Amino acid sequence: MNIVVCVKQTVDLQQVRIRKETRQPVLENIPLTLGPIDKNALEEAVRLKNKSGGKIFVVSVGGETLEETIKEALAMGADEALLVTAPELDAVESAKAAVLLAGAIKKLEGYDLILLGEGSADNYSGQVGPRLAEILDLPQITYVKSLELDGRKIRAVRSLEDFLEEVEVEMPALLSVVSEINEPRIPAVTQILRAGRKPKKILKPADFPIQLAGGRWVDTLSNLAPIQERKGILFKDGLKDLPNLVLALKEEGVGGK
Amino acid sequence: MASILVFSERANLAFELLGKAKELGGQMGLEVVAAAFNPADAEAYLKRNASKVFYSDQAELKDFEASVYCQALAQMAQKAGASLILLGSTRRGKELAGRLAQKLQTGCLTDVKSLQWKQGKIICVRNAFGGATEATQVITTQAQVIALMPRAYEAHAEGEKKGEIVTLKLGLKPSRVKVVKKSEKDARAVDIQGAEVLVCVGKGLAKQEDLKIIEELAQAIGGLVACTKPLATDLKWLPESRIVGLSGKIGKPRLALCLGISGQVQFSVGIREAKTIVAINTDPNAYIFQITDYGLIADLHQAVPQLNAAFKG
Repeated sequence: MNIVVCVKQTVDLQQVRIRKETRQPVLENIPLTLGPIDKNALEEAVRLKNKSGGKIFVVSVGGETLEETIKEALAMGADEALLVTAPELDAVESAKAAVLLAGAIKKLEGYDLILLGEGSADNYSGQVGPRLAEILDLPQITYVKSLELDGRKIRAVRSLEDFLEEVEVEMPALLSVVSEINEPRIPAVTQILRAGRKPKKILKPADFPIQLAGGRWVDTLSNLAPIQERKGILFKDGLKDLPNLVLALKEEGVGGK
Repeated sequence: MASILVFSERANLAFELLGKAKELGGQMGLEVVAAAFNPADAEAYLKRNASKVFYSDQAELKDFEASVYCQALAQMAQKAGASLILLGSTRRGKELAGRLAQKLQTGCLTDVKSLQWKQGKIICVRNAFGGATEATQVITTQAQVIALMPRAYEAHAEGEKKGEIVTLKLGLKPSRVKVVKKSEKDARAVDIQGAEVLVCVGKGLAKQEDLKIIEELAQAIGGLVACTKPLATDLKWLPESRIVGLSGKIGKPRLALCLGISGQVQFSVGIREAKTIVAINTDPNAYIFQITDYGLIADLHQAVPQLNAAFKG
């Protein structure tokens, strides 16, 4: 069984600060990492492999530093990496990423399962999975919270807003997972050392007959922290001011019902 | 005639989309067409701003499945000459949006919070960086697929039924996904996202035993206890399901009460949509006071018991 896990390199959002004067996110010198839900997808692939055997290919599209970030996926248990890198693929948009991922996956000697996170850490638009499924003409099962294999059959429980949906599908299929599905492992030092020696294949956009018309399909005009319109009333007199806070809360309807 | 095609698997959300589509359609000179897959929805959409409903009750469409609905909507979009396909940004809506955009070779934005027609462009606003920022974006392809979040706009009231229902015969490849069963989510699970009042606690809390007064307060004001990430992942004083912010839940409560929280963006994105934000912190320079409606400079360990007394009485 060949399991493909698609991941995306993003800045570590836990370390992003907002510049107060300009409301811009400070992204310089922030380490690059895999998205947290990407790690859930990897963990699930490792779990399935340990149970049913097979090989895990981590596939990703990104800038020139992608190779470094992908070591973490190899340390977690992916067997091989297949990357499409180029400077212009840093912050590549969803539509193009899906086309390149599909191109890379087609170069593999077959696949049974494609796993990815329900959304990327930075953009979280959840498009790449469904786009990829459409390009590869695969059934898609999104928002998977648990998953079992029975021969060629996949049984998955999807977590939708109001209810759970249990579904079955034959391989090959594309599945996106939610973070509840598992607890991603933290690789041991030996695994990190071994990761460097695992096979990595680097492709370039020129290796694909890409037909993505025009320039970007989505333009970003601005990306700023939102303006907070708050009353900004500060009671500075410590506990003596507490009755004022209670009054304010009661005026807001707190404890009133 | 060029048009806006509207669809959501939730009729109530479709009403909201139709209201916005009507406004945009007026500005852009586009007809508003809705897609419906059961007769009640089709009738209802004609009373809520759709001037035409494309309808199909083919067996393949009985249950929602992304790849089949994608085929259906692609054919409807073509028939309608749709330059904008407006979907609801639910989980089903999002998985449909990406697939449909791929099929139609268009750009796509999901989780859109607001839409505006301005200088020949549809300006979309959506959260980015886990909610730390809001991105203003436009799709540049000729047709576009936009998934709009629930409650972004209010539905228009029901009006006169105008227009017609057009039943289409669609060419559909059947679904390869079989639905085995549907079940309720665990009702005991704490619903941070849906909570009306959140009592959030951070590293200003001195020790785990002090959680007792926090829980008392939550009970007194009808709220749920939530926390910052370190309190759950590092200290393990509360389960991770209680984390609010970038690594946890995004709430939209009436009130968020923040106790001993400095207010870094990793936390504050989780409560930013709250109607009222209140904070208690010993540090007058804590960032949290920049995003609060009411702040009190005090030690939470002294203030909370007094609040409990005030609200219990």
